[in-house]
Amino acid sequence: MRPANEAELSEMIRAAQAPLRIVGGGTRDIGKPVAGEALCLSGLSGITLYDPGALTVVVQAGTALSVLEVALAAEGQRLPFEPMDMRALTSADGAPTVGGMVAANASGPRRVQAGACRDSLIGVRFVDGAGNTVKNGGRVMKNVTGYDLVKLMAGSWGTLGVLSECAFKLLPVPEAEVTLLTEAGDAASAVGVMSRALGTPFEVNGAAWGRDGRVALRIEGFASQVSYRRAALIRALGGDWAVLEGAASKALWTRIRDVKDFADAPGDVWRISVRPSDAAEIVARAACPVILDWGGGLIWALSDEGTDLRARLGAIKGHATLIRASQATRAALPVFQPEAAPVAALAKGLRARFDPRGILNPGLMG
Amino acid sequence: MEMPKANPAILAKRSRVIERLAAVVAPETLITDEAERRAYECDALTVYRCIPMAVVLPGSTQDVAAILRICHEEGVPVVPRGAGTSLAGGSLPTEDSIILGVARMRDVLEVNYADRVIRVQTGITNLSVTGEVESDGFFYAPDPSSQLACAIAGNIAMNSGGAHCLKYGVTTNNLLGVTLVQMDGTIVEIGGAHLDAAGYDLLGVICGSEGQLGIVTEATLRILPKPEGARPVLMGFDSNEVAGACVSDIIKAGVLPVAIEFMDRPCIRACEDFARAGYPDCEALLIVEVEGSEEEIAEQLAVITKIARKHNPVELRESQSEEESKKIWLGRKSAFGAMGQINDYMCLDGTIPVSSLPLVLRRIGEMSKEFGLDVANVFHAGDGNMHPLILFDANKPGDLELCEKFGAEILKLCVEVGGCLTGEHGVGVEKRDLMSVQFSEADLEAQMRVKDVFDPCWLLNPAKVFPLQASAARRAA
Repeated sequence: MRPANEAELSEMIRAAQAPLRIVGGGTRDIGKPVAGEALCLSGLSGITLYDPGALTVVVQAGTALSVLEVALAAEGQRLPFEPMDMRALTSADGAPTVGGMVAANASGPRRVQAGACRDSLIGVRFVDGAGNTVKNGGRVMKNVTGYDLVKLMAGSWGTLGVLSECAFKLLPVPEAEVTLLTEAGDAASAVGVMSRALGTPFEVNGAAWGRDGRVALRIEGFASQVSYRRAALIRALGGDWAVLEGAASKALWTRIRDVKDFADAPGDVWRISVRPSDAAEIVARAACPVILDWGGGLIWALSDEGTDLRARLGAIKGHATLIRASQATRAALPVFQPEAAPVAALAKGLRARFDPRGILNPGLMG
Repeated sequence: MEMPKANPAILAKRSRVIERLAAVVAPETLITDEAERRAYECDALTVYRCIPMAVVLPGSTQDVAAILRICHEEGVPVVPRGAGTSLAGGSLPTEDSIILGVARMRDVLEVNYADRVIRVQTGITNLSVTGEVESDGFFYAPDPSSQLACAIAGNIAMNSGGAHCLKYGVTTNNLLGVTLVQMDGTIVEIGGAHLDAAGYDLLGVICGSEGQLGIVTEATLRILPKPEGARPVLMGFDSNEVAGACVSDIIKAGVLPVAIEFMDRPCIRACEDFARAGYPDCEALLIVEVEGSEEEIAEQLAVITKIARKHNPVELRESQSEEESKKIWLGRKSAFGAMGQINDYMCLDGTIPVSSLPLVLRRIGEMSKEFGLDVANVFHAGDGNMHPLILFDANKPGDLELCEKFGAEILKLCVEVGGCLTGEHGVGVEKRDLMSVQFSEADLEAQMRVKDVFDPCWLLNPAKVFPLQASAARRAA
């Protein structure tokens, strides 16, 4: 099924008799495998409204992310949250779409400072499981009119409704960026450096620890601002620092964002969200190769195929999501962190009301 | 404004409910005396008042759960209250309701600079959160103008913003975890000190739900390192159009000020009379503030003033000292007080796309003549959040009603140009009946379904947010 517009989308869902598998660009195929007819959103494409002077854009959900990014770049603006491109990890063919990115709440390294996808998302239109068209939020940055279903839709992986349109708050592309690099022997000392850096007023907006054992810190801004902050940060942190500028800096953060270091390595890839000061302990328990992002708040772990990493981690304050694994592993292990009973009851209640017939990506999230 | 009639069956069991509550909470936390209950008859929207059946101010999450369990069993509506500073009537009681306030729960539970988080009980005031971490160089970013008095509980309920949200976002962008007590007494932990909560974004939907989904008793908030410094520039223009174009150009130039405040002539004049801040005599005034080190500030201000000059400002005053900065902000910060001196006023907070600013201000001016009521506009221009202050005389029969009608027309206009009814104050009772201007039946139905999940009996703050007619069947069930 491939609706050409929102009205057709609504009709198709209303008429559906069996489960549907919601497909944007097909590049973020995670979660429990869904059996169902594909509902492909690529027909809902195009930028509805772009107001650079108000830092806002409204775009159809099936629009290729690259199309949106090119349009924003032409005005010197961008999506603030640096969405991850999962193709490196999943080897998928398709092109990421705006709706898929929102459904995954995909947020990259800049999340530490600029917020997640859900923080920049200011409006949505979607069709629920009964075929009703719903709008929430709008195209203004400050909006507390009614409940915030915008956030609820972000990261709901198409299980509460099918997005037809999304509105975002944007940021200007800064004039310059620089990355500072230093050696850190283990996760604990890496997190220590990153926490100190993120606690300075120099607006570090990327803090990661890669497979090469180096901590990377990113600063962006006007050229003179960046050079001031770079010196001030090195002074504040002490130690030896190498510097990457311009294209080299950009390439490094793309590699971190897309977890390219695990792209060709065999094994399952897990994404673990924790408070940074718990990271070192969790890395020790995981006992497998890791990459730290978000100052240690995000751990990418590469574990042996088919292992239940969660069992090895034990009780954690946070959650682990299985991002890359075989269909068999995904069918056998919970992909998303099992929830405490009261939270699971709320999630189930929301699914039952937004998708009463259970036809939207059924089972994907639980 | 209409509130549902008190349910006589509930009023009839008042003494039993109070007895049951007295059995589970400390005596000093239960207020039943009429004179003392009167203190809770309204919030900062003082035109609407009603004395609740009882007031409970518990000291712990467990107490909150015990109270809610009893009210749930007895079918008694509960109206949550933080510090009672809502401008939308968010904590306005009904005669057959219990006020549940978190004012006694003010503990700081954890401060962690390595993780840049603070965990608090939600009765703590907004400013005390910053106060707790300030000496170590950190702050809590959302800064509603009531921050000295307002509680974090209310900030979460209303998803409060502030003057600096262009850069730092509003409450929802700075909230990482909550302990929520549902109406049936279930205690739910959502999120924590990690950056993204698991599963559905329940945190996102709880924030801004106006106390209708549960009572938030504890919260984990993001704290940020304080910027090295901040400095404003003041600029005056001949017309609202030019000032609006200047805002747009500043944003397009890639500078991200922490605040862009806008005042129109009536507001400038009132502030000047009241505070003597030395504002120029002009049609529109902008205060733009930037942050950073001295050099960074100078550089950003240079970009901004260069843009401003292209728009022929009648005044361009870059602050050179702490004292001058204070003076520039003085007028803006006293705007509400200045208006209060002139008359009673109603403050709205509809948001519009910044590009519609000149049109909306022109229409408001025309309507002001039609209704015969004066309006002054202060405005968070960077994010389009308007604050028209409509002046009226509460002692003049019919003036309040006329003012409400005028206010409704302004909000309809905000929606018409692509904006919304409320940018930071919330819907409460004030804008409840205008919700259908912005939302279709299906839109409202989708929102009400969320309440069905969290509070199936519709006992938590039931007569708020949704038009009474839209929620009638659910409240009656």
